Amino acid sequence: MAVGRKEIRQIARDRRTLMILLFVPAFFLLVYGYALSWDIRHIALAVDDRDRSPESRALVSAFVNSGYFDLVAIVDGDSELTRLMDRNEARGVLVVPAGMGRDLQRGRTVPVQILLNGDNANTATTVLSYVQTIVRSESARRQASSGAPTLVPLIAAEPRVWYNPQLRSTLFLVPGLIAYIAMITAVVSTALSVVREKERGTMEQVRMAPIDALSFIVGKTIPYFAISLVSGVGIMLVAMVLFGLPMRGSWLLLLGAQSLFLFGALGLGLLISSIAETQQVAFQLALLSSFLPTLMLSGFIFPIASMPPVLQAVTYVVPARYFLIALRGLVLKGVGFSVVWAELAALSIFAAVVLTLASIRLRRQWT
Amino acid sequence: MNMIAVDNLTRRFGDFVAVESLTFDVRQGEIFGFLGSNGAGKSTTIRMLCGLLKPTSGAATVGGIDVGRDPEGVKRRIGYMSQRFSLYEALTVDQNIRFFGGIYGLDAARLDARRRFVLEMADLRGRENIRASELAGGWRQRLALGCAILHEPPILFLDEPTGGVDPLSRRQFWTLIDQLSAAGVSVLVTTHYLDEAEHCHRIAIIHGGRLAALGSTSELKQRFAHRVILEIQADKPVEAMRLLDEMPEVEKTSVFGTMVHAVLKADSRDAAVLLQQRLATAGVSVLGVAPVQPSLEDVFLEVAAKAA
Repeated sequence: MAVGRKEIRQIARDRRTLMILLFVPAFFLLVYGYALSWDIRHIALAVDDRDRSPESRALVSAFVNSGYFDLVAIVDGDSELTRLMDRNEARGVLVVPAGMGRDLQRGRTVPVQILLNGDNANTATTVLSYVQTIVRSESARRQASSGAPTLVPLIAAEPRVWYNPQLRSTLFLVPGLIAYIAMITAVVSTALSVVREKERGTMEQVRMAPIDALSFIVGKTIPYFAISLVSGVGIMLVAMVLFGLPMRGSWLLLLGAQSLFLFGALGLGLLISSIAETQQVAFQLALLSSFLPTLMLSGFIFPIASMPPVLQAVTYVVPARYFLIALRGLVLKGVGFSVVWAELAALSIFAAVVLTLASIRLRRQWT
Repeated sequence: MNMIAVDNLTRRFGDFVAVESLTFDVRQGEIFGFLGSNGAGKSTTIRMLCGLLKPTSGAATVGGIDVGRDPEGVKRRIGYMSQRFSLYEALTVDQNIRFFGGIYGLDAARLDARRRFVLEMADLRGRENIRASELAGGWRQRLALGCAILHEPPILFLDEPTGGVDPLSRRQFWTLIDQLSAAGVSVLVTTHYLDEAEHCHRIAIIHGGRLAALGSTSELKQRFAHRVILEIQADKPVEAMRLLDEMPEVEKTSVFGTMVHAVLKADSRDAAVLLQQRLATAGVSVLGVAPVQPSLEDVFLEVAAKAA
C-alpha cells in the first residue's frame, strides 16, 4: 500500500516518466495513425484522351472522383506521355483509344490502356487494383444504365470486404498501435522504475524494512498497471473519434484482454529489472524485448502468414501476437469470448510465466 | 545485555572469504565502531546482521533473534541508514517520512507522533514540503536518520553515515547519535573518519575479513603506548619522510597533515636529536620534533600493517 502510494507520488513528481506514460502514447497514435497508412492517395494521373466523347469524359471523371487520383495533365501523343512518366510528373497515364464512345454504344468491349510507373512495386500493385475497381464499376454502371446485357461475364467475382469495407488501413493498424504503445510504456516504465531504485540505493533501504518482496513488487506495479490501462482506453477513444475505429465487441472483454496483456508486459518489465543493474541497460533490454518483437513479429505491420517459418515460430512467444488477434476480433468483428478464448489463454500463460520468473528472481535478490 | 552477538560469523563468495570467523558483541546503548579499509568486509558484515545476506557459517543474533533463521524479525528491530542517503529525492520531506512509516507498518496515530519527532530532531520543521533533492547535505542526512528510526528500533546500523557532509553537520549528527545511545539504542557504525571513531564506546578494526583489534579507543591506544612516535615538522615533508624511512631506528612513517609521524623501533631519548641532525645534514630543516601520543590513526595503520 505504502509502496503504491509512494510510487504514484513519485510518478506525479517525475515529469519525464509522466510524459512517457501519458503523452508519448497519444503522440505515437497521432503520428502513426496518420502517417502509417497503406492507402495510396493523390496519385498523379495524366490522361491521353484520344476519343473526347461523353463516354471517355465519364471514365476520366470516375478516376478523379474516386479520390485516389489527381489529374495532373491532359497529354496529346506518345512523346509527351513518355516525358511525363520519365520525369515522374505522372505516376500513371490513362490512355483512352479513339472511337471508345462509338464502340461502347455498339455494345463492344473497349480496352483502355493504363500505364503505371512500376519503380515501387507495392505502390504499383495497389494503384493497379484501384484502376481495376474503378474501370469495373464504371463498366457495370454503364451496363446497368443502358439495360443492354452486353458482354456479361459468366462468372464474376463480387468481392465484399467485411469488417473494413473501405479497406482503410488505419482500422487495421490502430489495434496494433494500442498493443505497441501499451507494451512499450508498460515494459519500459516498470523496468526503469525498479532499476532506478537499485541505482539510487533506495531499494537497499526498503529491503532493510520488514516488507516482503511481493508487497514491494505489487506496490510498484499497480500504479503502472492502472496508468497503462487508462492510457490504453484513452488510445481506443481517441482512435474512435479521430479514425472512426468501431467498437463492435464488449468493452469488458476488451479490458480483460488488455489487463492480461499488461500483466505480461509488467512481468517482462520486472524480469528485466531483475537482470539489469543500470537504467541504461534496462532501457535497452526493454526496448529490444518489447519494441522490436511487437513492431515486427506481432502481425502489427507484417502479416505473420507471410513470414519465413522460423520467424513464424518465434511469433508464438510474442504476446502482442495474441493480443492483436484478440483486439482486432473484438474491435473490428465484435466477436465474443468463444472466439478469442485461446488468445486470452495464451496471454495468461505468458503473463504467468514472466511474472513467476520475475518474482523468483527478485525474491532471491531481496534477501 | 548484548543486543548484537556475533559468533564465528563467516561469509564466502565462491572462493573469496569476505568475512572470516568474526566474533564480537554490542551492548545495549553502546556505540560500536566498525573500522576497516574499503573491502575489509564491513558492508558484508552489516548486510548479514541486517538479514539481507545469509551467513555461510557461524551465527549472529540481533535483538535476540537469529539473523539466519528469521531475517524478517531482525528487520523489525533495526534501523538502517547507509552512506548514500537513500531517500526518494523526487518526494518531499513529509512524503518520505510517510513512505518509510508505511513500509514499517506504523499506524496513523503513531506515524503522526513520530513524524513530529523526526521533523523536530532533524530541524526540518517548516520544510515539510521541500523535496528531498533540494535539501542540503546535513539536513538530508538527518532526515535519512529520522526515517531509519521512525519505528523506534532498539538497534541502529549506520553504514558510513557522514560521507560528504560538512564538519558542523557531522558534529550535529554525532550529537544525535549520542542522544540515541543515551536513550538505550545500540548503534553499530562504520566509518572512515578516525576522529568519528573517538565517539564510539568501543571499536573493532577489521582487516581482510578478520577482526584485527577490538576494544575502547583508550584501550587500543594503550596497547601501542610503549611505542614512541615522533611528530616531525619539516620544510620538505615528502623528502623528510623518504629519508626517515631509510634510517635504521625508524620502523615506519606516515603523514599527518603537514607533519610526518615516525614510529621508532625502540624507545630512545636520543633518537629525536639524532634524526633531526641527520635530516639537517641531508638538507631538510626540521622546525620541530615532539613525541606524541599514538592517535587512533597510528593504531589503525599499525593494525592494518600487522594483519596484512
